[in-house]
Amino acid sequence: MKKETPNTESVVAIRNLKKGFGPKEVLKDVSLDLKKQENLVVLGKSGTGKSVLIKCIVRLLRADAGEISVFGEEINGLDKPALDDIRKRIGFLFQSAALYDSMTVRENLEFPLRRIRKGLSEQEIDQKVHDALENVGLVEAIDKMPSELSGGMRKRIGLARTIIVDPEIILYDEPTTGLDPVTSNEISILINEIQQKYKASSIIITHDMECVRTVADRIIMLKEGAVYKEGSFKEFQGGDDDYINSFFKPQNTELNKN
Amino acid sequence: MQQYKRVKNYARGRSIALTDTSVEHTVSFKKFLVNLADVFLFVTQVFRNTFARGFEFREFLKQCFQIGNKSLGLISITGIIIGLVLTIQSRPVLVDFGAVNMLPSMVTISLIREMGPVITALICAGKIGSSMGAELGSMRVTEQIDAMEVSSTNPIKFLVVPRVLACTLMIPLLTLYADALGIFGGWLAANIKGDISAVLFLTQAFRDVEFIDLIPAVIKSFFFGMVIALVGCYKGYHASAGTESVGVAANTAVVMASLLVIFVDLIAVQITDLL
Repeated sequence: MKKETPNTESVVAIRNLKKGFGPKEVLKDVSLDLKKQENLVVLGKSGTGKSVLIKCIVRLLRADAGEISVFGEEINGLDKPALDDIRKRIGFLFQSAALYDSMTVRENLEFPLRRIRKGLSEQEIDQKVHDALENVGLVEAIDKMPSELSGGMRKRIGLARTIIVDPEIILYDEPTTGLDPVTSNEISILINEIQQKYKASSIIITHDMECVRTVADRIIMLKEGAVYKEGSFKEFQGGDDDYINSFFKPQNTELNKN
Repeated sequence: MQQYKRVKNYARGRSIALTDTSVEHTVSFKKFLVNLADVFLFVTQVFRNTFARGFEFREFLKQCFQIGNKSLGLISITGIIIGLVLTIQSRPVLVDFGAVNMLPSMVTISLIREMGPVITALICAGKIGSSMGAELGSMRVTEQIDAMEVSSTNPIKFLVVPRVLACTLMIPLLTLYADALGIFGGWLAANIKGDISAVLFLTQAFRDVEFIDLIPAVIKSFFFGMVIALVGCYKGYHASAGTESVGVAANTAVVMASLLVIFVDLIAVQITDLL
Protein backbone atom coordinates (compact mmCIF):
# COMPACT_ATOMS: atom_id res chain seq x y z
CA MET A 1 0.00 0.00 0.00
CA LYS A 2 1.37 3.39 -0.94
CA LYS A 3 1.80 5.58 2.11
CA GLU A 4 0.79 9.22 2.11
CA THR A 5 3.49 11.76 3.00
CA PRO A 6 3.03 12.92 6.61
CA ASN A 7 1.87 16.46 7.22
CA THR A 8 4.35 18.91 8.80
CA GLU A 9 1.90 20.05 11.47
CA SER A 10 2.81 18.67 14.94
CA VAL A 11 0.05 17.03 16.95
CA VAL A 12 2.37 16.16 19.84
CA ALA A 13 5.34 18.34 20.79
CA ILE A 14 7.56 17.31 23.69
CA ARG A 15 10.31 19.58 24.99
CA ASN A 16 12.99 18.68 27.56
CA LEU A 17 10.88 16.02 29.24
CA LYS A 18 12.22 14.64 32.52
CA LYS A 19 10.72 11.80 34.54
CA GLY A 20 12.20 9.78 37.37
CA PHE A 21 11.09 7.21 39.93
CA GLY A 22 12.76 7.81 43.28
CA PRO A 23 16.50 8.08 42.76
CA LYS A 24 16.31 6.62 39.22
CA GLU A 25 16.02 9.19 36.43
CA VAL A 26 14.34 7.36 33.54
CA LEU A 27 13.84 10.23 31.08
CA LYS A 28 16.58 12.84 31.37
CA ASP A 29 15.94 15.13 28.45
CA VAL A 30 13.59 14.05 25.68
CA SER A 31 12.31 16.35 22.97
CA LEU A 32 10.33 15.13 19.97
CA ASP A 33 7.51 16.03 17.61
CA LEU A 34 4.79 13.81 16.19
CA LYS A 35 3.59 15.10 12.84
CA LYS A 36 0.04 14.71 11.60
CA GLN A 37 -0.63 11.30 9.95
CA GLU A 38 2.87 10.10 10.75
CA ASN A 39 3.99 6.75 12.15
CA LEU A 40 6.80 7.60 14.56
CA VAL A 41 8.69 4.62 15.99
CA VAL A 42 10.47 5.01 19.32
CA LEU A 43 13.32 2.52 19.66
CA GLY A 44 15.58 1.79 22.57
CA LYS A 45 16.73 -0.89 24.96
CA SER A 46 14.45 -2.04 27.76
CA GLY A 47 14.42 0.42 30.65
CA THR A 48 15.19 3.49 28.55
CA GLY A 49 11.76 4.95 29.35
CA LYS A 50 9.85 4.36 26.12
CA SER A 51 6.63 3.27 27.83
CA VAL A 52 7.07 6.02 30.41
CA LEU A 53 7.27 8.52 27.54
CA ILE A 54 3.89 7.59 26.04
CA LYS A 55 2.28 7.31 29.47
CA CYS A 56 3.40 10.91 30.11
CA ILE A 57 1.67 11.98 26.87
CA VAL A 58 -1.75 10.85 28.18
CA ARG A 59 -0.78 11.88 31.73
CA LEU A 60 -1.06 8.40 33.17
CA LEU A 61 2.28 9.50 34.62
CA ARG A 62 3.06 13.09 35.47
CA ALA A 63 6.29 14.52 34.06
CA ASP A 64 8.77 15.93 36.57
CA ALA A 65 9.82 18.72 34.21
CA GLY A 66 9.47 19.76 30.59
CA GLU A 67 6.56 20.49 28.30
CA ILE A 68 4.15 18.09 26.59
CA SER A 69 1.84 19.74 24.14
CA VAL A 70 -0.97 17.66 22.60
CA PHE A 71 -3.15 19.33 19.95
CA GLY A 72 -1.57 22.59 21.12
CA GLU A 73 -2.62 22.12 24.76
CA GLU A 74 -0.04 21.79 27.53
CA ILE A 75 -1.08 18.47 29.04
CA ASN A 76 0.38 19.00 32.50
CA GLY A 77 -1.57 22.20 33.09
CA LEU A 78 -5.00 20.81 32.20
CA ASP A 79 -7.78 20.22 34.72
CA LYS A 80 -9.60 16.85 34.74
CA PRO A 81 -12.44 17.68 32.28
CA ALA A 82 -10.01 19.28 29.78
CA LEU A 83 -7.66 16.31 30.13
CA ASP A 84 -10.56 13.94 29.47
CA ASP A 85 -11.42 15.91 26.32
CA ILE A 86 -7.85 15.41 25.06
CA ARG A 87 -7.84 11.74 26.06
CA LYS A 88 -11.02 11.17 24.04
CA ARG A 89 -8.99 12.01 20.93
CA ILE A 90 -6.15 9.61 21.79
CA GLY A 91 -6.10 5.81 21.52
CA PHE A 92 -3.70 3.75 23.62
CA LEU A 93 -2.84 0.14 22.89
CA PHE A 94 -1.29 -1.34 26.03
CA GLN A 95 1.52 -3.88 25.96
CA SER A 96 -0.73 -6.49 27.59
CA ALA A 97 -3.75 -5.30 25.53
CA ALA A 98 -5.40 -4.57 28.93
CA LEU A 99 -8.75 -6.12 27.99
CA TYR A 100 -11.28 -6.01 30.82
CA ASP A 101 -11.30 -9.60 32.08
CA SER A 102 -14.84 -9.50 33.43
CA MET A 103 -16.37 -8.32 30.14
CA THR A 104 -16.95 -10.05 26.81
CA VAL A 105 -15.21 -8.78 23.66
CA ARG A 106 -18.40 -6.90 22.70
CA GLU A 107 -18.59 -5.21 26.14
CA ASN A 108 -14.88 -4.38 25.96
CA LEU A 109 -15.45 -2.56 22.69
CA GLU A 110 -18.65 -0.89 23.84
CA PHE A 111 -16.99 0.41 27.01
CA PRO A 112 -15.00 3.32 25.48
CA LEU A 113 -17.65 3.88 22.82
CA ARG A 114 -20.48 4.51 25.31
CA ARG A 115 -18.27 6.84 27.33
CA ILE A 116 -16.50 8.77 24.63
CA ARG A 117 -19.06 8.85 21.80
CA LYS A 118 -22.13 9.59 23.86
CA GLY A 119 -25.48 9.84 22.10
CA LEU A 120 -25.02 6.91 19.71
CA SER A 121 -28.04 4.65 19.24
CA GLU A 122 -27.82 0.92 20.07
CA GLN A 123 -27.87 0.17 16.34
CA GLU A 124 -24.97 2.54 15.68
CA ILE A 125 -23.01 1.03 18.58
CA ASP A 126 -23.59 -2.49 17.20
CA GLN A 127 -22.47 -1.35 13.75
CA LYS A 128 -19.30 0.30 15.09
CA VAL A 129 -18.41 -2.78 17.17
CA HIS A 130 -18.93 -4.96 14.12
CA ASP A 131 -16.85 -2.64 11.90
CA ALA A 132 -13.98 -2.46 14.40
CA LEU A 133 -13.90 -6.25 14.72
CA GLU A 134 -14.05 -6.63 10.95
CA ASN A 135 -11.06 -4.28 10.63
CA VAL A 136 -8.99 -6.60 12.83
CA GLY A 137 -10.50 -9.74 11.30
CA LEU A 138 -12.09 -11.12 14.46
CA VAL A 139 -15.85 -10.76 14.07
CA GLU A 140 -16.34 -14.35 15.26
CA ALA A 141 -14.83 -13.51 18.69
CA ILE A 142 -17.54 -10.99 19.55
CA ASP A 143 -19.11 -12.97 22.40
CA LYS A 144 -15.94 -14.54 23.77
CA MET A 145 -14.33 -13.67 27.08
CA PRO A 146 -10.71 -12.37 27.00
CA SER A 147 -9.56 -15.54 28.78
CA GLU A 148 -10.67 -17.56 25.74
CA LEU A 149 -8.45 -15.58 23.34
CA SER A 150 -4.85 -16.21 22.29
CA GLY A 151 -2.14 -13.55 22.72
CA GLY A 152 -2.44 -12.37 19.12
CA MET A 153 -6.23 -12.23 19.30
CA ARG A 154 -6.05 -10.20 22.51
CA LYS A 155 -3.73 -7.71 20.80
CA ARG A 156 -6.11 -7.43 17.85
CA ILE A 157 -9.12 -6.92 20.11
CA GLY A 158 -7.09 -4.34 22.03
CA LEU A 159 -6.43 -2.63 18.72
CA ALA A 160 -10.13 -2.78 17.80
CA ARG A 161 -10.99 -1.20 21.17
CA THR A 162 -8.43 1.53 20.49
CA ILE A 163 -9.67 2.42 17.00
CA ILE A 164 -13.39 2.15 17.71
CA VAL A 165 -13.55 5.75 18.94
CA ASP A 166 -11.76 7.06 15.80
CA PRO A 167 -8.76 8.52 17.64
CA GLU A 168 -6.61 11.17 16.01
CA ILE A 169 -3.48 9.94 17.80
CA ILE A 170 -2.72 6.29 18.56
CA LEU A 171 -0.02 5.27 21.01
CA TYR A 172 1.15 1.67 20.61
CA ASP A 173 3.12 0.14 23.50
CA GLU A 174 5.03 -2.80 22.02
CA PRO A 175 2.21 -4.04 19.77
CA THR A 176 4.02 -7.13 18.52
CA THR A 177 5.93 -8.25 21.61
CA GLY A 178 5.38 -11.90 22.49
CA LEU A 179 3.76 -12.77 19.17
CA ASP A 180 4.92 -15.19 16.47
CA PRO A 181 6.44 -13.65 13.30
CA VAL A 182 3.30 -14.24 11.20
CA THR A 183 0.95 -12.58 13.71
CA SER A 184 3.51 -9.79 14.29
CA ASN A 185 3.55 -9.08 10.59
CA GLU A 186 -0.26 -9.04 10.48
CA ILE A 187 -0.34 -6.53 13.35
CA SER A 188 2.26 -4.34 11.60
CA ILE A 189 0.21 -4.33 8.40
CA LEU A 190 -2.88 -3.52 10.46
CA ILE A 191 -1.08 -0.52 11.99
CA ASN A 192 -0.38 0.81 8.49
CA GLU A 193 -3.97 0.18 7.37
CA ILE A 194 -5.29 2.01 10.41
CA GLN A 195 -3.01 4.96 9.68
CA GLN A 196 -4.33 5.16 6.13
CA LYS A 197 -7.98 4.52 6.96
CA TYR A 198 -8.34 6.72 10.04
CA LYS A 199 -5.70 9.33 9.07
CA ALA A 200 -4.26 8.84 12.54
CA SER A 201 -0.86 9.93 13.84
CA SER A 202 0.89 7.20 15.79
CA ILE A 203 3.77 6.67 18.17
CA ILE A 204 4.85 3.04 18.10
CA ILE A 205 7.14 1.60 20.71
CA THR A 206 8.71 -1.63 19.63
CA HIS A 207 11.84 -3.78 19.60
CA ASP A 208 10.62 -5.75 16.62
CA MET A 209 12.76 -4.62 13.67
CA GLU A 210 10.41 -6.17 11.10
CA CYS A 211 7.61 -4.10 12.59
CA VAL A 212 9.85 -1.01 12.46
CA ARG A 213 10.64 -1.69 8.79
CA THR A 214 6.94 -2.06 7.95
CA VAL A 215 5.43 0.85 9.87
CA ALA A 216 8.07 3.55 10.44
CA ASP A 217 7.88 6.89 8.67
CA ARG A 218 10.47 8.18 11.10
CA ILE A 219 12.45 6.61 13.95
CA ILE A 220 13.66 8.12 17.20
CA MET A 221 16.16 6.13 19.21
CA LEU A 222 16.43 6.65 22.96
CA LYS A 223 19.58 5.95 24.93
CA GLU A 224 20.05 6.58 28.64
CA GLY A 225 16.90 8.69 28.87
CA ALA A 226 17.63 11.04 25.96
CA VAL A 227 17.15 11.10 22.19
CA TYR A 228 20.20 9.42 20.64
CA LYS A 229 19.36 9.61 16.93
CA GLU A 230 16.46 10.54 14.72
CA GLY A 231 15.89 9.61 11.08
CA SER A 232 14.28 7.25 8.59
CA PHE A 233 14.77 3.47 8.52
CA LYS A 234 17.31 3.85 5.70
CA GLU A 235 19.28 6.45 7.65
CA PHE A 236 19.54 4.10 10.61
CA GLN A 237 20.76 1.20 8.49
CA GLY A 238 24.30 0.74 7.40
CA GLY A 239 26.03 3.20 9.70
CA ASP A 240 29.07 2.41 11.84
CA ASP A 241 27.50 3.16 15.22
CA ASP A 242 27.72 -0.05 17.28
CA TYR A 243 24.76 0.86 19.47
CA ILE A 244 22.47 1.44 16.48
CA ASN A 245 23.83 -1.57 14.62
CA SER A 246 23.06 -3.77 17.62
CA PHE A 247 19.38 -3.18 16.75
CA PHE A 248 19.64 -3.32 12.98
CA LYS A 249 22.08 -6.18 12.40
CA PRO A 250 21.56 -9.86 13.27
CA GLN A 251 22.97 -10.70 16.69
CA ASN A 252 25.18 -13.55 17.90
CA THR A 253 26.23 -14.61 14.43
CA GLU A 254 29.00 -16.77 15.87
CA LEU A 255 26.43 -18.60 18.01
CA ASN A 256 24.04 -19.28 15.12
CA LYS A 257 23.65 -23.01 14.45
CA ASN A 258 23.40 -22.61 10.70
CA MET B 1 17.70 3.82 51.44
CA GLN B 2 17.35 7.26 49.89
CA GLN B 3 14.90 8.30 52.61
CA TYR B 4 17.30 6.98 55.22
CA LYS B 5 20.06 9.22 53.81
CA ARG B 6 17.76 12.22 53.63
CA VAL B 7 16.74 11.91 57.28
CA LYS B 8 20.37 11.46 58.30
CA ASN B 9 21.49 14.51 56.31
CA TYR B 10 18.62 16.57 57.70
CA ALA B 11 19.60 15.66 61.27
CA ARG B 12 23.27 16.35 60.59
CA GLY B 13 22.46 19.72 59.02
CA ARG B 14 20.72 20.79 62.21
CA SER B 15 23.27 19.19 64.54
CA ILE B 16 20.72 16.70 65.87
CA ALA B 17 22.42 13.59 67.18
CA LEU B 18 20.43 10.60 65.88
CA THR B 19 21.43 6.96 66.27
CA ASP B 20 20.89 4.57 63.34
CA THR B 21 17.86 3.06 65.12
CA SER B 22 16.30 6.52 65.58
CA VAL B 23 16.81 7.28 61.89
CA GLU B 24 15.11 3.99 60.95
CA HIS B 25 12.19 4.77 63.28
CA THR B 26 11.86 8.25 61.78
CA VAL B 27 11.82 6.79 58.26
CA SER B 28 9.17 4.19 59.13
CA PHE B 29 7.06 6.80 60.96
CA LYS B 30 7.25 9.03 57.89
CA LYS B 31 6.12 6.11 55.71
CA PHE B 32 3.24 5.47 58.10
CA LEU B 33 2.13 9.11 57.86
CA VAL B 34 2.38 9.05 54.06
CA ASN B 35 0.25 5.87 53.94
CA LEU B 36 -2.28 7.43 56.28
CA ALA B 37 -2.55 10.49 54.04
CA ASP B 38 -2.93 8.17 51.06
CA VAL B 39 -5.81 6.31 52.73
CA PHE B 40 -7.44 9.61 53.67
CA LEU B 41 -7.19 10.90 50.09
CA PHE B 42 -8.61 7.64 48.71
CA VAL B 43 -11.58 7.67 51.10
CA THR B 44 -12.23 11.36 50.31
CA GLN B 45 -12.17 10.59 46.58
CA VAL B 46 -14.61 7.69 47.07
CA PHE B 47 -17.07 9.83 49.02
CA ARG B 48 -16.77 12.73 46.58
CA ASN B 49 -17.43 10.43 43.62
CA THR B 50 -20.34 8.73 45.40
CA PHE B 51 -22.28 11.97 45.26
CA ALA B 52 -20.98 13.11 41.86
CA ARG B 53 -23.11 12.89 38.72
CA GLY B 54 -23.16 9.78 36.54
CA PHE B 55 -23.71 6.97 39.04
CA GLU B 56 -22.82 3.54 37.59
CA PHE B 57 -26.12 1.83 38.44
CA ARG B 58 -25.57 -1.31 36.33
CA GLU B 59 -22.22 -1.91 37.95
CA PHE B 60 -23.79 -1.33 41.39
CA LEU B 61 -26.47 -3.98 40.71
CA LYS B 62 -23.82 -6.39 39.44
CA GLN B 63 -21.80 -5.92 42.61
CA CYS B 64 -24.91 -6.35 44.80
CA PHE B 65 -25.44 -9.70 43.08
CA GLN B 66 -21.77 -10.69 43.46
CA ILE B 67 -21.58 -9.70 47.12
CA GLY B 68 -25.10 -10.58 48.28
CA ASN B 69 -26.35 -13.50 46.25
CA LYS B 70 -23.03 -15.27 45.90
CA SER B 71 -22.41 -15.15 49.67
CA LEU B 72 -25.77 -16.69 50.61
CA GLY B 73 -24.51 -20.30 50.77
CA LEU B 74 -21.57 -19.48 53.01
CA ILE B 75 -23.63 -17.22 55.28
CA SER B 76 -26.44 -19.85 55.52
CA ILE B 77 -24.08 -22.56 56.72
CA THR B 78 -22.31 -20.21 59.13
CA GLY B 79 -25.59 -18.81 60.52
CA ILE B 80 -27.12 -22.22 61.23
CA ILE B 81 -23.94 -23.55 62.84
CA ILE B 82 -23.54 -20.46 65.07
CA GLY B 83 -27.15 -20.89 66.27
CA LEU B 84 -26.57 -24.61 66.92
CA VAL B 85 -23.30 -24.06 68.78
CA LEU B 86 -24.62 -21.19 70.90
CA THR B 87 -27.63 -23.24 71.98
CA ILE B 88 -25.74 -26.47 72.63
CA GLN B 89 -23.10 -24.67 74.72
CA SER B 90 -25.49 -22.46 76.72
CA ARG B 91 -28.06 -25.12 77.55
CA PRO B 92 -26.15 -27.03 80.33
CA VAL B 93 -25.44 -23.81 82.27
CA LEU B 94 -29.05 -22.65 82.00
CA VAL B 95 -30.28 -26.12 83.06
CA ASP B 96 -28.06 -25.89 86.16
CA PHE B 97 -29.71 -22.59 87.11
CA GLY B 98 -33.19 -23.87 86.24
CA ALA B 99 -33.51 -21.18 83.57
CA VAL B 100 -33.80 -23.35 80.46
CA ASN B 101 -36.88 -21.37 79.33
CA MET B 102 -34.51 -18.36 78.92
CA LEU B 103 -32.54 -20.28 76.28
CA PRO B 104 -34.36 -19.01 73.13
CA SER B 105 -34.23 -15.34 74.11
CA MET B 106 -30.61 -15.59 75.25
CA VAL B 107 -29.53 -17.17 71.98
CA THR B 108 -31.55 -14.67 69.94
CA ILE B 109 -30.21 -11.62 71.77
CA SER B 110 -26.58 -12.86 71.42
CA LEU B 111 -27.15 -13.50 67.74
CA ILE B 112 -28.83 -10.20 66.93
CA ARG B 113 -26.60 -7.98 69.04
CA GLU B 114 -23.18 -9.46 68.46
CA MET B 115 -22.64 -12.88 66.92
CA GLY B 116 -24.66 -12.32 63.73
CA PRO B 117 -23.11 -8.98 62.70
CA VAL B 118 -19.54 -9.80 63.70
CA ILE B 119 -19.38 -13.35 62.33
CA THR B 120 -21.05 -12.28 59.07
CA ALA B 121 -18.65 -9.35 58.73
CA LEU B 122 -15.61 -11.51 59.43
CA ILE B 123 -16.70 -14.16 56.92
CA CYS B 124 -17.33 -11.42 54.34
CA ALA B 125 -14.00 -9.76 55.13
CA GLY B 126 -12.42 -13.04 54.09
CA LYS B 127 -14.56 -13.68 51.04
CA ILE B 128 -15.33 -10.20 49.70
CA GLY B 129 -12.29 -8.28 50.97
CA SER B 130 -9.88 -10.75 49.39
CA SER B 131 -11.81 -10.92 46.11
CA MET B 132 -11.89 -7.11 45.81
CA GLY B 133 -8.18 -6.86 46.66
CA ALA B 134 -7.25 -9.54 44.14
CA GLU B 135 -9.60 -8.32 41.38
CA LEU B 136 -8.61 -4.66 41.51
CA GLY B 137 -4.98 -5.64 42.12
CA SER B 138 -4.85 -7.74 38.97
CA MET B 139 -6.64 -4.98 37.06
CA ARG B 140 -3.94 -2.57 38.23
CA VAL B 141 -1.10 -4.96 37.33
CA THR B 142 -2.48 -5.74 33.85
CA GLU B 143 -3.04 -2.02 33.12
CA GLN B 144 -6.84 -2.38 32.94
CA ILE B 145 -7.27 0.55 35.36
CA ASP B 146 -4.94 2.66 33.19
CA ALA B 147 -6.98 1.65 30.12
CA MET B 148 -10.11 2.90 31.88
CA GLU B 149 -8.49 6.24 32.65
CA VAL B 150 -7.40 6.64 29.04
CA SER B 151 -11.03 5.97 28.01
CA SER B 152 -11.99 9.08 30.03
CA THR B 153 -13.58 6.89 32.70
CA ASN B 154 -12.92 7.62 36.34
CA PRO B 155 -11.89 4.20 37.80
CA ILE B 156 -12.87 5.29 41.32
CA LYS B 157 -16.39 6.02 40.10
CA PHE B 158 -16.69 2.89 37.97
CA LEU B 159 -14.86 0.32 40.11
CA VAL B 160 -14.69 1.51 43.70
CA VAL B 161 -17.92 3.43 44.39
CA PRO B 162 -20.31 0.62 43.25
CA ARG B 163 -18.35 -1.93 45.28
CA VAL B 164 -18.35 0.19 48.44
CA LEU B 165 -22.07 1.01 48.16
CA ALA B 166 -23.05 -2.57 47.33
CA CYS B 167 -21.04 -3.96 50.24
CA THR B 168 -22.42 -1.30 52.62
CA LEU B 169 -25.95 -2.32 51.64
CA MET B 170 -25.48 -6.07 51.36
CA ILE B 171 -23.65 -6.80 54.65
CA PRO B 172 -26.59 -5.63 56.82
CA LEU B 173 -28.98 -7.73 54.71
CA LEU B 174 -26.69 -10.75 54.97
CA THR B 175 -26.47 -10.12 58.72
CA LEU B 176 -30.26 -10.18 59.11
CA TYR B 177 -30.35 -13.37 57.03
CA ALA B 178 -27.63 -14.94 59.22
CA ASP B 179 -29.57 -13.90 62.35
CA ALA B 180 -32.72 -15.60 61.05
CA LEU B 181 -30.87 -18.80 60.20
CA GLY B 182 -29.03 -18.67 63.52
CA ILE B 183 -32.37 -18.61 65.35
CA PHE B 184 -33.48 -21.55 63.21
CA GLY B 185 -30.23 -23.36 64.15
CA GLY B 186 -30.98 -22.57 67.81
CA TRP B 187 -34.41 -24.15 67.50
CA LEU B 188 -32.88 -27.26 65.87
CA ALA B 189 -30.36 -27.58 68.72
CA ALA B 190 -33.06 -27.06 71.34
CA ASN B 191 -34.86 -30.04 69.83
CA ILE B 192 -31.82 -32.30 70.13
CA LYS B 193 -32.03 -32.45 73.92
CA GLY B 194 -35.57 -31.27 74.52
CA ASP B 195 -38.79 -30.90 72.64
CA ILE B 196 -40.00 -27.43 71.78
CA SER B 197 -42.28 -26.31 68.98
CA ALA B 198 -41.09 -23.65 66.54
CA VAL B 199 -43.92 -21.30 67.60
CA LEU B 200 -43.07 -21.60 71.31
CA PHE B 201 -39.35 -21.16 70.57
CA LEU B 202 -39.99 -18.01 68.53
CA THR B 203 -42.43 -16.63 71.13
CA GLN B 204 -39.85 -17.12 73.87
CA ALA B 205 -37.06 -15.90 71.60
CA PHE B 206 -38.64 -12.54 70.82
CA ARG B 207 -40.17 -12.00 74.26
CA ASP B 208 -37.11 -10.10 75.46
CA VAL B 209 -35.89 -8.74 72.13
CA GLU B 210 -36.54 -5.07 71.47
CA PHE B 211 -35.87 -2.74 68.58
CA ILE B 212 -33.00 -1.21 70.54
CA ASP B 213 -31.25 -4.59 70.18
CA LEU B 214 -31.69 -4.65 66.43
CA ILE B 215 -31.06 -1.05 65.34
CA PRO B 216 -27.48 -0.58 66.63
CA ALA B 217 -26.59 -4.00 65.19
CA VAL B 218 -27.88 -3.03 61.75
CA ILE B 219 -26.13 0.35 61.89
CA LYS B 220 -22.80 -1.21 62.79
CA SER B 221 -23.25 -3.74 59.97
CA PHE B 222 -23.41 -0.82 57.54
CA PHE B 223 -20.05 0.36 58.83
CA PHE B 224 -18.62 -3.18 58.69
CA GLY B 225 -19.64 -3.38 55.02
CA MET B 226 -18.17 0.03 54.23
CA VAL B 227 -14.88 -0.78 55.97
CA ILE B 228 -14.51 -4.18 54.24
CA ALA B 229 -15.07 -2.69 50.78
CA LEU B 230 -12.91 0.39 51.36
CA VAL B 231 -9.99 -1.72 52.59
CA GLY B 232 -10.35 -4.31 49.80
CA CYS B 233 -10.59 -1.63 47.11
CA TYR B 234 -7.77 0.48 48.55
CA LYS B 235 -5.38 -2.45 48.73
CA GLY B 236 -6.24 -3.62 45.21
CA TYR B 237 -6.26 -0.14 43.67
CA HIS B 238 -2.80 0.62 45.09
CA ALA B 239 -1.20 -2.72 44.20
CA SER B 240 2.27 -2.20 42.76
CA ALA B 241 3.56 -3.80 39.58
CA GLY B 242 4.12 -7.56 39.49
CA THR B 243 1.87 -10.53 40.12
CA GLU B 244 3.19 -10.95 43.65
CA SER B 245 1.52 -7.68 44.65
CA VAL B 246 -1.91 -9.15 43.76
CA GLY B 247 -1.45 -11.84 46.43
CA VAL B 248 -0.16 -9.26 48.89
CA ALA B 249 -3.15 -6.99 48.17
CA ALA B 250 -5.64 -9.83 48.73
CA ASN B 251 -3.90 -10.98 51.88
CA THR B 252 -3.50 -7.56 53.52
CA ALA B 253 -7.07 -6.68 52.56
CA VAL B 254 -8.38 -9.65 54.58
CA VAL B 255 -6.13 -9.00 57.58
CA MET B 256 -6.82 -5.25 57.70
CA ALA B 257 -10.56 -5.63 57.08
CA SER B 258 -10.91 -8.27 59.82
CA LEU B 259 -8.98 -6.12 62.30
CA LEU B 260 -11.00 -3.03 61.45
CA VAL B 261 -14.28 -4.96 61.81
CA ILE B 262 -13.27 -5.88 65.38
CA PHE B 263 -12.17 -2.29 66.02
CA VAL B 264 -15.43 -0.80 64.69
CA ASP B 265 -17.32 -3.34 66.81
CA LEU B 266 -15.48 -2.14 69.91
CA ILE B 267 -16.45 1.47 69.18
CA ALA B 268 -20.06 0.46 68.36
CA VAL B 269 -20.37 -1.47 71.64
CA GLN B 270 -19.11 1.55 73.59
CA ILE B 271 -21.59 3.85 71.85
CA THR B 272 -24.51 1.40 72.30
CA ASP B 273 -23.61 1.12 75.96
CA LEU B 274 -24.12 4.85 76.40
CA LEU B 275 -27.64 4.71 74.91
